[in-house]
Amino acid sequence: MIEVVVVGAGMTKFGENWESSFRQMIADAAIKALVDSGLAGEKIEAIYGGCMASGRFIGQEHIGALIADQLGLNPIPSTRCEAACASGGVALRSGYLAVKSGEHDIVAVGGVEKMTDVSTEDASFALGGAGDQETELFHGATFPSLYALLARRHMIEYGTTEEQMAMVAVKNHKNAANNPNAQFQSEVTLEEVMNSGYVAEPIKVLDCSPVTDGAAAVILCSKEKAEALGMKYIEMAASEQASDTISLAARKSLTELRATMEAARKAYKKAGITQEDVDFAEVHDCFTIAEILAIEDLGFFKKGEGGIATEKGLTALNGKIPINPSGGLKGKGHPVGATGVAQAVEAFNQLMGRAEKRQVKNAEIGLTHNVGGSGATAIVSIFKKAGVKK
Amino acid sequence: MTVSAPMNWRRIPERYRLKGSYCETCGKAFFPGRVVCPNCRRKGKLKEQDMPRAGKIFSYTKVHVGPTGFSHETPYFIALIELENKAKVLSQIIDSEEEKIQVGAKVELAFRKVGKDDKYGAINYAYKFKVIE
Repeated sequence: MIEVVVVGAGMTKFGENWESSFRQMIADAAIKALVDSGLAGEKIEAIYGGCMASGRFIGQEHIGALIADQLGLNPIPSTRCEAACASGGVALRSGYLAVKSGEHDIVAVGGVEKMTDVSTEDASFALGGAGDQETELFHGATFPSLYALLARRHMIEYGTTEEQMAMVAVKNHKNAANNPNAQFQSEVTLEEVMNSGYVAEPIKVLDCSPVTDGAAAVILCSKEKAEALGMKYIEMAASEQASDTISLAARKSLTELRATMEAARKAYKKAGITQEDVDFAEVHDCFTIAEILAIEDLGFFKKGEGGIATEKGLTALNGKIPINPSGGLKGKGHPVGATGVAQAVEAFNQLMGRAEKRQVKNAEIGLTHNVGGSGATAIVSIFKKAGVKK
Repeated sequence: MTVSAPMNWRRIPERYRLKGSYCETCGKAFFPGRVVCPNCRRKGKLKEQDMPRAGKIFSYTKVHVGPTGFSHETPYFIALIELENKAKVLSQIIDSEEEKIQVGAKVELAFRKVGKDDKYGAINYAYKFKVIE
Protein backbone atom coordinates (compact mmCIF):
# COMPACT_ATOMS: atom_id res chain seq x y z
CA MET A 1 0.00 0.00 0.00
CA ILE A 2 1.43 3.34 -1.06
CA GLU A 3 1.56 5.94 1.73
CA VAL A 4 1.32 9.66 0.99
CA VAL A 5 3.41 12.31 2.74
CA VAL A 6 3.69 16.09 2.59
CA VAL A 7 7.27 17.24 1.96
CA GLY A 8 6.90 21.00 1.64
CA ALA A 9 4.43 23.82 2.19
CA GLY A 10 4.24 27.51 1.40
CA MET A 11 1.78 30.35 1.14
CA THR A 12 1.60 34.03 0.33
CA LYS A 13 0.50 36.48 2.96
CA PHE A 14 -3.29 36.53 2.97
CA GLY A 15 -4.94 39.93 2.69
CA GLU A 16 -5.79 42.70 0.28
CA ASN A 17 -2.76 42.03 -1.90
CA TRP A 18 -3.26 44.92 -4.31
CA GLU A 19 0.33 44.69 -5.53
CA SER A 20 0.04 41.01 -6.50
CA SER A 21 -1.83 39.39 -9.38
CA PHE A 22 -3.47 35.95 -9.49
CA ARG A 23 -0.55 34.47 -11.40
CA GLN A 24 2.11 36.09 -9.19
CA MET A 25 0.47 34.74 -6.04
CA ILE A 26 0.16 31.13 -7.17
CA ALA A 27 3.74 31.19 -8.47
CA ASP A 28 5.00 32.68 -5.17
CA ALA A 29 3.21 30.06 -3.07
CA ALA A 30 4.30 27.17 -5.29
CA ILE A 31 7.94 28.28 -5.28
CA LYS A 32 7.91 28.60 -1.48
CA ALA A 33 6.53 25.06 -1.18
CA LEU A 34 9.11 23.71 -3.63
CA VAL A 35 12.01 25.47 -1.88
CA ASP A 36 10.69 24.17 1.45
CA SER A 37 10.73 20.60 0.09
CA GLY A 38 14.21 21.00 -1.38
CA LEU A 39 12.97 19.57 -4.67
CA ALA A 40 13.66 20.98 -8.12
CA GLY A 41 10.62 21.86 -10.22
CA GLU A 42 11.35 19.15 -12.79
CA LYS A 43 10.64 16.50 -10.13
CA ILE A 44 6.97 17.51 -10.12
CA GLU A 45 4.91 15.10 -12.21
CA ALA A 46 1.46 16.73 -12.04
CA ILE A 47 -0.32 19.78 -10.63
CA TYR A 48 -3.75 20.06 -9.01
CA GLY A 49 -4.96 23.63 -8.53
CA GLY A 50 -7.98 24.74 -6.50
CA CYS A 51 -9.75 27.87 -7.65
CA MET A 52 -13.41 28.73 -7.24
CA ALA A 53 -14.40 31.65 -9.42
CA SER A 54 -11.52 33.16 -11.38
CA GLY A 55 -13.91 33.67 -14.28
CA ARG A 56 -15.98 36.06 -12.21
CA PHE A 57 -13.11 37.56 -10.21
CA ILE A 58 -10.51 38.16 -12.94
CA GLY A 59 -12.19 37.00 -16.16
CA GLN A 60 -9.78 34.09 -16.48
CA GLU A 61 -10.59 30.39 -16.82
CA HIS A 62 -8.26 27.53 -17.85
CA ILE A 63 -6.42 27.88 -14.56
CA GLY A 64 -4.78 24.44 -14.64
CA ALA A 65 -2.69 25.19 -17.70
CA LEU A 66 -2.05 28.75 -16.52
CA ILE A 67 -0.43 27.52 -13.29
CA ALA A 68 1.90 25.08 -15.07
CA ASP A 69 2.77 27.83 -17.55
CA GLN A 70 3.58 30.39 -14.85
CA LEU A 71 5.78 27.89 -12.99
CA GLY A 72 7.65 26.95 -16.17
CA LEU A 73 6.45 23.39 -15.70
CA ASN A 74 4.88 22.74 -19.11
CA PRO A 75 4.23 20.08 -20.39
CA ILE A 76 3.18 18.23 -17.19
CA PRO A 77 -0.56 17.69 -16.67
CA SER A 78 -2.17 20.45 -14.62
CA THR A 79 -5.81 20.26 -13.52
CA ARG A 80 -8.12 22.85 -11.98
CA CYS A 81 -10.39 21.62 -9.18
CA GLU A 82 -13.59 23.49 -8.33
CA ALA A 83 -16.01 22.90 -5.48
CA ALA A 84 -16.77 26.49 -4.42
CA CYS A 85 -14.97 27.29 -1.13
CA ALA A 86 -13.86 23.64 -0.96
CA SER A 87 -11.91 23.90 -4.24
CA GLY A 88 -8.57 23.80 -2.40
CA GLY A 89 -9.65 20.76 -0.40
CA VAL A 90 -10.65 18.94 -3.56
CA ALA A 91 -7.29 19.81 -5.15
CA LEU A 92 -5.55 18.46 -2.04
CA ARG A 93 -7.53 15.23 -2.20
CA SER A 94 -6.94 14.91 -5.95
CA GLY A 95 -3.20 15.17 -5.40
CA TYR A 96 -3.44 12.67 -2.55
CA LEU A 97 -5.29 10.19 -4.77
CA ALA A 98 -2.80 10.67 -7.61
CA VAL A 99 0.08 9.63 -5.34
CA LYS A 100 -1.93 7.00 -3.46
CA SER A 101 -2.87 5.31 -6.72
CA GLY A 102 0.77 4.94 -7.73
CA GLU A 103 0.29 6.96 -10.91
CA HIS A 104 2.58 9.75 -9.67
CA ASP A 105 5.42 9.86 -7.13
CA ILE A 106 5.51 13.62 -6.60
CA VAL A 107 2.75 16.18 -7.27
CA ALA A 108 2.18 19.84 -6.45
CA VAL A 109 -1.15 20.98 -5.00
CA GLY A 110 -2.05 24.66 -5.09
CA GLY A 111 -4.98 26.89 -4.31
CA VAL A 112 -5.51 30.51 -5.27
CA GLU A 113 -8.11 33.25 -5.38
CA LYS A 114 -7.79 36.90 -6.34
CA MET A 115 -10.90 38.53 -4.88
CA THR A 116 -10.15 42.24 -4.48
CA ASP A 117 -9.90 43.20 -8.16
CA VAL A 118 -13.71 43.49 -8.22
CA SER A 119 -16.18 45.51 -6.13
CA THR A 120 -17.58 44.02 -2.93
CA GLU A 121 -20.94 43.62 -4.68
CA ASP A 122 -19.37 41.70 -7.55
CA ALA A 123 -17.37 39.59 -5.10
CA SER A 124 -20.61 38.71 -3.28
CA PHE A 125 -22.19 37.75 -6.59
CA ALA A 126 -19.20 35.56 -7.47
CA LEU A 127 -19.37 33.82 -4.10
CA GLY A 128 -23.12 33.40 -4.45
CA GLY A 129 -22.43 30.85 -7.17
CA ALA A 130 -21.61 28.41 -4.36
CA GLY A 131 -25.30 28.28 -3.46
CA ASP A 132 -28.35 27.39 -5.53
CA GLN A 133 -28.71 30.11 -8.16
CA GLU A 134 -32.30 29.22 -9.04
CA THR A 135 -33.88 28.86 -5.61
CA GLU A 136 -31.61 30.87 -3.30
CA LEU A 137 -29.63 33.65 -4.99
CA PHE A 138 -32.47 34.57 -7.34
CA HIS A 139 -34.63 35.43 -4.32
CA GLY A 140 -32.08 37.74 -2.72
CA ALA A 141 -30.35 35.23 -0.44
CA THR A 142 -26.70 35.96 0.32
CA PHE A 143 -24.13 33.63 1.83
CA PRO A 144 -24.35 35.28 5.25
CA SER A 145 -28.14 34.90 5.06
CA LEU A 146 -27.89 31.16 4.35
CA TYR A 147 -25.62 30.66 7.36
CA ALA A 148 -27.97 32.93 9.34
CA LEU A 149 -30.77 30.42 8.65
CA LEU A 150 -28.51 27.68 10.06
CA ALA A 151 -27.57 29.84 13.06
CA ARG A 152 -31.22 30.62 13.88
CA ARG A 153 -32.07 26.89 14.06
CA HIS A 154 -29.02 26.18 16.23
CA MET A 155 -30.08 28.95 18.60
CA ILE A 156 -33.65 27.63 18.78
CA GLU A 157 -32.80 23.94 19.10
CA TYR A 158 -29.77 24.20 21.39
CA GLY A 159 -29.80 27.65 22.97
CA THR A 160 -26.62 28.79 21.24
CA THR A 161 -26.17 32.53 21.73
CA GLU A 162 -24.87 35.40 19.63
CA GLU A 163 -22.19 35.93 22.30
CA GLN A 164 -20.95 32.34 21.86
CA MET A 165 -20.69 32.89 18.11
CA ALA A 166 -18.82 36.16 18.73
CA MET A 167 -16.37 34.25 20.96
CA VAL A 168 -15.32 32.19 17.92
CA ALA A 169 -14.31 35.45 16.20
CA VAL A 170 -12.44 36.68 19.30
CA LYS A 171 -10.49 33.41 19.57
CA ASN A 172 -9.62 33.21 15.87
CA HIS A 173 -8.48 36.83 15.73
CA LYS A 174 -6.27 36.13 18.74
CA ASN A 175 -4.66 33.18 16.93
CA ALA A 176 -4.34 35.18 13.69
CA ALA A 177 -2.44 37.90 15.54
CA ASN A 178 0.29 35.26 16.04
CA ASN A 179 0.34 34.26 12.37
CA PRO A 180 2.46 36.56 10.18
CA ASN A 181 0.60 35.35 7.06
CA ALA A 182 -2.85 36.20 8.44
CA GLN A 183 -4.97 39.02 7.02
CA PHE A 184 -5.89 40.31 10.48
CA GLN A 185 -2.94 41.02 12.74
CA SER A 186 -4.99 42.44 15.60
CA GLU A 187 -7.29 41.04 18.25
CA VAL A 188 -10.94 42.00 18.58
CA THR A 189 -12.98 42.21 21.77
CA LEU A 190 -16.31 40.56 22.43
CA GLU A 191 -17.88 44.02 22.57
CA GLU A 192 -16.46 44.94 19.17
CA VAL A 193 -17.90 41.79 17.59
CA MET A 194 -21.27 42.24 19.33
CA ASN A 195 -21.43 45.90 18.29
CA SER A 196 -20.49 45.28 14.65
CA GLY A 197 -23.60 45.76 12.54
CA TYR A 198 -25.85 42.96 11.36
CA VAL A 199 -25.25 41.58 7.88
CA ALA A 200 -28.03 39.00 8.09
CA GLU A 201 -29.43 38.55 11.61
CA PRO A 202 -28.06 36.99 13.79
CA ILE A 203 -24.80 37.20 11.79
CA LYS A 204 -22.79 40.40 12.19
CA VAL A 205 -19.93 41.88 10.19
CA LEU A 206 -17.31 40.44 12.57
CA ASP A 207 -18.92 36.97 12.43
CA CYS A 208 -17.91 36.82 8.74
CA SER A 209 -14.62 35.79 7.15
CA PRO A 210 -13.23 38.59 4.97
CA VAL A 211 -12.70 39.00 1.24
CA THR A 212 -9.08 37.95 0.72
CA ASP A 213 -6.38 37.53 -1.92
CA GLY A 214 -3.93 34.71 -1.47
CA ALA A 215 -2.42 31.43 -2.57
CA ALA A 216 -1.08 28.32 -0.85
CA ALA A 217 0.74 25.20 -2.01
CA VAL A 218 1.96 21.85 -0.71
CA ILE A 219 4.14 19.18 -2.31
CA LEU A 220 2.90 15.60 -1.92
CA CYS A 221 5.11 12.57 -2.37
CA SER A 222 5.05 8.83 -1.83
CA LYS A 223 6.61 7.91 1.52
CA GLU A 224 9.00 5.50 -0.17
CA LYS A 225 10.32 8.23 -2.48
CA ALA A 226 10.55 10.79 0.33
CA GLU A 227 12.62 8.37 2.43
CA ALA A 228 14.81 7.42 -0.54
CA LEU A 229 15.51 11.13 -1.11
CA GLY A 230 16.06 11.74 2.61
CA MET A 231 13.34 14.40 2.83
CA LYS A 232 11.56 15.69 5.91
CA TYR A 233 7.85 14.92 5.88
CA ILE A 234 4.52 14.56 7.66
CA GLU A 235 2.14 11.74 6.81
CA MET A 236 -1.18 12.27 5.10
CA ALA A 237 -3.25 9.49 6.65
CA ALA A 238 -6.60 10.21 4.99
CA SER A 239 -8.44 12.62 2.73
CA GLU A 240 -12.15 11.97 2.41
CA GLN A 241 -14.87 13.89 0.63
CA ALA A 242 -18.67 13.89 0.81
CA SER A 243 -21.55 15.78 -0.77
CA ASP A 244 -24.99 17.04 0.24
CA THR A 245 -27.84 18.93 -1.43
CA ILE A 246 -26.80 22.26 -2.90
CA SER A 247 -29.79 24.11 -1.43
CA LEU A 248 -30.61 24.36 2.27
CA ALA A 249 -34.31 23.80 1.54
CA ALA A 250 -33.65 20.18 0.59
CA ARG A 251 -31.74 19.31 3.79
CA LYS A 252 -33.20 17.08 6.47
CA SER A 253 -31.61 19.13 9.26
CA LEU A 254 -30.23 22.66 9.48
CA THR A 255 -28.21 22.06 12.65
CA GLU A 256 -25.64 19.73 11.12
CA LEU A 257 -23.68 19.52 7.88
CA ARG A 258 -24.06 15.89 6.89
CA ALA A 259 -21.26 16.08 4.32
CA THR A 260 -18.85 17.01 7.13
CA MET A 261 -20.10 14.14 9.31
CA GLU A 262 -19.74 11.61 6.48
CA ALA A 263 -16.30 12.80 5.36
CA ALA A 264 -15.11 12.76 9.00
CA ARG A 265 -16.46 9.27 9.68
CA LYS A 266 -14.62 7.90 6.65
CA ALA A 267 -11.43 9.86 7.38
CA TYR A 268 -11.20 8.61 11.00
CA LYS A 269 -11.71 5.05 9.81
CA LYS A 270 -9.14 5.34 7.02
CA ALA A 271 -6.57 6.89 9.36
CA GLY A 272 -7.28 4.32 12.08
CA ILE A 273 -8.00 6.96 14.72
CA THR A 274 -10.95 8.52 16.54
CA GLN A 275 -11.68 12.18 17.14
CA GLU A 276 -10.10 11.72 20.60
CA ASP A 277 -6.71 11.28 18.95
CA VAL A 278 -6.80 14.63 17.11
CA ASP A 279 -4.50 17.24 18.70
CA PHE A 280 -5.69 20.26 16.69
CA ALA A 281 -7.99 21.03 13.77
CA GLU A 282 -8.19 23.66 11.07
CA VAL A 283 -11.94 23.91 10.40
CA HIS A 284 -14.01 25.86 7.88
CA ASP A 285 -15.17 28.92 9.85
CA CYS A 286 -16.44 31.02 6.94
CA PHE A 287 -18.89 32.34 9.56
CA THR A 288 -18.59 31.86 13.30
CA ILE A 289 -21.63 29.55 13.38
CA ALA A 290 -19.81 27.36 10.84
CA GLU A 291 -17.05 26.66 13.39
CA ILE A 292 -19.63 25.73 16.02
CA LEU A 293 -21.30 23.33 13.55
CA ALA A 294 -17.90 21.93 12.50
CA ILE A 295 -16.61 21.10 15.98
CA GLU A 296 -19.85 19.21 16.64
CA ASP A 297 -20.04 17.47 13.26
CA LEU A 298 -16.38 16.39 13.51
CA GLY A 299 -17.22 14.76 16.84
CA PHE A 300 -15.10 16.95 19.14
CA PHE A 301 -18.22 18.02 21.04
CA LYS A 302 -21.75 16.69 21.31
CA LYS A 303 -24.37 18.17 18.98
CA GLY A 304 -25.56 21.42 20.47
CA GLU A 305 -22.54 21.90 22.74
CA GLY A 306 -20.22 23.70 20.31
CA GLY A 307 -21.25 27.14 21.56
CA ILE A 308 -20.76 26.37 25.23
CA ALA A 309 -17.44 24.60 24.48
CA THR A 310 -16.23 27.78 22.78
CA GLU A 311 -17.41 29.87 25.74
CA LYS A 312 -15.48 27.60 28.13
CA GLY A 313 -12.27 28.10 26.13
CA LEU A 314 -12.00 24.42 25.16
CA THR A 315 -11.16 25.37 21.56
CA ALA A 316 -8.50 27.97 22.42
CA LEU A 317 -4.83 27.44 21.55
CA ASN A 318 -4.20 26.00 25.04
CA GLY A 319 -7.63 24.33 25.29
CA LYS A 320 -8.75 20.71 25.14
CA ILE A 321 -8.76 20.70 21.34
CA PRO A 322 -7.22 23.80 19.73
CA ILE A 323 -9.39 24.84 16.76
CA ASN A 324 -7.97 27.02 14.00
CA PRO A 325 -4.55 27.79 15.49
CA SER A 326 -3.78 29.63 12.22
CA GLY A 327 -6.62 32.07 12.86
CA GLY A 328 -8.95 30.14 10.57
CA LEU A 329 -10.84 31.65 7.69
CA LYS A 330 -12.09 34.33 10.07
CA GLY A 331 -8.70 35.63 11.16
CA LYS A 332 -6.24 34.38 8.57
CA GLY A 333 -8.54 35.30 5.66
CA HIS A 334 -10.50 33.28 3.12
CA PRO A 335 -9.27 33.41 -0.48
CA VAL A 336 -11.85 30.77 -1.33
CA GLY A 337 -9.90 28.51 -3.69
CA ALA A 338 -6.75 28.70 -1.54
CA THR A 339 -8.34 27.95 1.83
CA GLY A 340 -8.34 24.14 1.69
CA VAL A 341 -4.65 24.11 0.77
CA ALA A 342 -3.73 26.78 3.34
CA GLN A 343 -5.23 24.52 6.02
CA ALA A 344 -2.78 21.78 4.94
CA VAL A 345 0.06 24.34 5.09
CA GLU A 346 -0.87 25.03 8.73
CA ALA A 347 -1.07 21.29 9.48
CA PHE A 348 2.44 20.91 8.03
CA ASN A 349 3.83 23.81 10.05
CA GLN A 350 2.21 22.58 13.27
CA LEU A 351 3.35 18.95 12.87
CA MET A 352 6.87 20.04 11.88
CA GLY A 353 6.91 22.07 15.10
CA ARG A 354 7.55 25.37 13.32
CA ALA A 355 4.32 27.26 14.04
CA GLU A 356 6.18 29.59 16.43
CA LYS A 357 3.92 31.62 18.72
CA ARG A 358 0.82 29.67 17.73
CA GLN A 359 2.45 26.23 18.08
CA VAL A 360 0.12 23.60 19.55
CA LYS A 361 2.17 21.78 22.20
CA ASN A 362 3.01 18.12 21.48
CA ALA A 363 0.93 18.11 18.29
CA GLU A 364 1.08 14.69 16.64
CA ILE A 365 -2.19 14.45 14.72
CA GLY A 366 -3.93 17.30 12.90
CA LEU A 367 -7.19 17.47 10.97
CA THR A 368 -8.28 19.84 8.21
CA HIS A 369 -11.91 20.47 7.27
CA ASN A 370 -12.92 22.39 4.15
CA VAL A 371 -16.53 23.13 3.17
CA GLY A 372 -18.05 24.25 -0.12
CA GLY A 373 -21.10 26.51 -0.15
CA SER A 374 -23.51 25.97 2.71
CA GLY A 375 -22.27 22.40 3.17
CA ALA A 376 -22.82 20.71 -0.19
CA THR A 377 -19.16 19.61 -0.30
CA ALA A 378 -16.92 18.72 2.61
CA ILE A 379 -13.37 17.38 2.68
CA VAL A 380 -11.74 16.08 5.85
CA SER A 381 -8.04 15.23 5.78
CA ILE A 382 -5.88 13.80 8.57
CA PHE A 383 -2.15 14.39 8.98
CA LYS A 384 0.29 12.68 11.34
CA LYS A 385 3.74 13.68 12.48
CA ALA A 386 6.34 11.35 10.93
CA GLY A 387 6.65 8.10 12.86
CA VAL A 388 3.48 8.51 14.97
CA LYS A 389 2.05 5.03 15.32
CA LYS A 390 -1.51 5.88 16.46
CA MET B 1 -27.06 38.66 -13.67
CA THR B 2 -28.68 39.12 -17.06
CA VAL B 3 -30.45 35.97 -18.15
CA SER B 4 -31.96 35.05 -21.50
CA ALA B 5 -35.69 35.18 -22.20
CA PRO B 6 -35.87 31.37 -22.58
CA MET B 7 -34.24 30.91 -19.16
CA ASN B 8 -36.88 33.06 -17.50
CA TRP B 9 -39.67 31.50 -19.55
CA ARG B 10 -38.65 27.95 -18.58
CA ARG B 11 -38.96 28.81 -14.92
CA ILE B 12 -42.42 30.41 -15.06
CA PRO B 13 -44.42 27.39 -13.77
CA GLU B 14 -42.05 27.04 -10.81
CA ARG B 15 -41.86 30.73 -9.99
CA TYR B 16 -45.48 31.70 -10.64
CA ARG B 17 -47.37 28.81 -9.09
CA LEU B 18 -44.87 26.75 -7.13
CA LYS B 19 -44.86 23.85 -9.57
CA GLY B 20 -42.77 21.02 -8.16
CA SER B 21 -43.06 17.27 -8.21
CA TYR B 22 -43.85 14.33 -5.96
CA CYS B 23 -42.74 10.73 -6.07
CA GLU B 24 -45.56 8.19 -6.49
CA THR B 25 -43.32 5.51 -5.00
CA CYS B 26 -42.32 7.15 -1.70
CA GLY B 27 -44.85 10.00 -1.61
CA LYS B 28 -42.27 12.69 -0.95
CA ALA B 29 -42.80 16.13 -2.48
CA PHE B 30 -39.99 18.16 -4.07
CA PHE B 31 -39.68 21.83 -4.83
CA PRO B 32 -38.42 22.65 -7.38
CA GLY B 33 -39.33 19.52 -9.31
CA ARG B 34 -36.67 16.90 -9.85
CA VAL B 35 -35.84 14.47 -12.64
CA VAL B 36 -34.79 11.73 -10.21
CA CYS B 37 -36.27 10.98 -6.78
CA PRO B 38 -33.22 11.02 -4.46
CA ASN B 39 -34.87 8.42 -2.19
CA CYS B 40 -36.04 5.90 -4.79
CA ARG B 41 -33.88 6.77 -7.81
CA ARG B 42 -34.89 4.45 -10.67
CA LYS B 43 -37.69 2.87 -8.65
CA GLY B 44 -39.20 6.32 -8.18
CA LYS B 45 -41.96 7.77 -10.31
CA LEU B 46 -42.06 11.56 -10.34
CA LYS B 47 -45.20 13.46 -11.26
CA GLU B 48 -45.57 17.20 -11.58
CA GLN B 49 -47.53 18.81 -8.79
CA ASP B 50 -48.25 22.35 -7.63
CA MET B 51 -47.12 22.86 -4.04
CA PRO B 52 -49.57 23.86 -1.30
CA ARG B 53 -49.86 27.62 -0.89
CA ALA B 54 -49.49 27.68 2.87
CA GLY B 55 -46.89 26.65 5.39
CA LYS B 56 -44.94 27.90 8.37
CA ILE B 57 -41.59 29.58 8.94
CA PHE B 58 -38.83 27.07 9.73
CA SER B 59 -35.98 29.60 9.95
CA TYR B 60 -35.57 33.24 8.96
CA THR B 61 -33.13 36.12 8.80
CA LYS B 62 -33.36 39.87 8.32
CA VAL B 63 -30.92 40.76 5.54
CA HIS B 64 -29.18 44.10 6.02
CA VAL B 65 -26.58 43.82 3.25
CA GLY B 66 -28.09 42.73 -0.05
CA PRO B 67 -26.45 41.37 -3.19
CA THR B 68 -26.38 43.08 -6.59
CA GLY B 69 -29.94 43.97 -7.57
CA PHE B 70 -31.30 43.81 -4.00
CA SER B 71 -29.26 46.49 -2.22
CA HIS B 72 -32.03 49.09 -2.54
CA GLU B 73 -34.55 46.76 -0.86
CA THR B 74 -32.67 46.23 2.41
CA PRO B 75 -33.54 45.40 5.05
CA TYR B 76 -35.69 42.48 3.91
CA PHE B 77 -36.57 39.07 5.29
CA ILE B 78 -35.46 35.71 3.88
CA ALA B 79 -37.04 32.56 5.30
CA LEU B 80 -37.06 28.83 4.87
CA ILE B 81 -40.71 27.84 4.80
CA GLU B 82 -42.02 24.37 5.47
CA LEU B 83 -45.05 23.90 3.25
CA GLU B 84 -48.04 21.84 4.31
CA ASN B 85 -46.69 18.84 2.37
CA LYS B 86 -43.32 19.12 4.24
CA ALA B 87 -41.40 20.37 1.18
CA LYS B 88 -39.30 23.41 2.06
CA VAL B 89 -38.89 26.58 0.03
CA LEU B 90 -36.59 29.57 0.49
CA SER B 91 -38.40 32.83 -0.10
CA GLN B 92 -38.74 36.43 0.95
CA ILE B 93 -41.33 37.32 3.60
CA ILE B 94 -43.21 40.49 2.69
CA ASP B 95 -46.18 42.61 3.86
CA SER B 96 -45.89 41.30 7.42
CA GLU B 97 -45.46 43.01 10.78
CA GLU B 98 -41.87 42.46 11.84
CA GLU B 99 -42.70 41.07 15.28
CA LYS B 100 -44.92 38.43 13.67
CA ILE B 101 -42.05 37.06 11.58
CA GLN B 102 -41.07 34.22 13.91
CA VAL B 103 -40.19 30.55 13.62
CA GLY B 104 -43.48 28.65 13.48
CA ALA B 105 -45.53 31.59 12.13
CA LYS B 106 -48.11 30.61 9.51
CA VAL B 107 -47.51 32.04 6.04
CA GLU B 108 -49.30 32.02 2.70
CA LEU B 109 -48.20 32.43 -0.89
CA ALA B 110 -48.05 35.83 -2.53
CA PHE B 111 -46.86 36.85 -5.98
CA ARG B 112 -44.44 39.74 -6.39
CA LYS B 113 -41.73 41.33 -8.47
CA VAL B 114 -38.30 39.86 -7.60
CA GLY B 115 -35.90 42.34 -9.11
CA LYS B 116 -34.92 43.15 -12.63
CA ASP B 117 -32.07 41.69 -14.65
CA ASP B 118 -30.48 45.03 -15.50
CA LYS B 119 -31.54 48.44 -16.75
CA TYR B 120 -33.11 47.11 -19.95
CA GLY B 121 -33.54 43.48 -18.87
CA ALA B 122 -36.58 41.42 -17.97
CA ILE B 123 -38.55 42.16 -14.82
CA ASN B 124 -38.70 38.96 -12.83
CA TYR B 125 -41.77 37.85 -10.89
CA ALA B 126 -41.97 35.00 -8.43
CA TYR B 127 -43.41 33.65 -5.22
CA LYS B 128 -42.99 35.41 -1.89
CA PHE B 129 -44.80 34.66 1.36
CA LYS B 130 -46.62 36.73 3.97
CA VAL B 131 -47.52 35.99 7.55
CA ILE B 132 -51.22 35.32 8.12
CA GLU B 133 -52.94 36.14 11.40
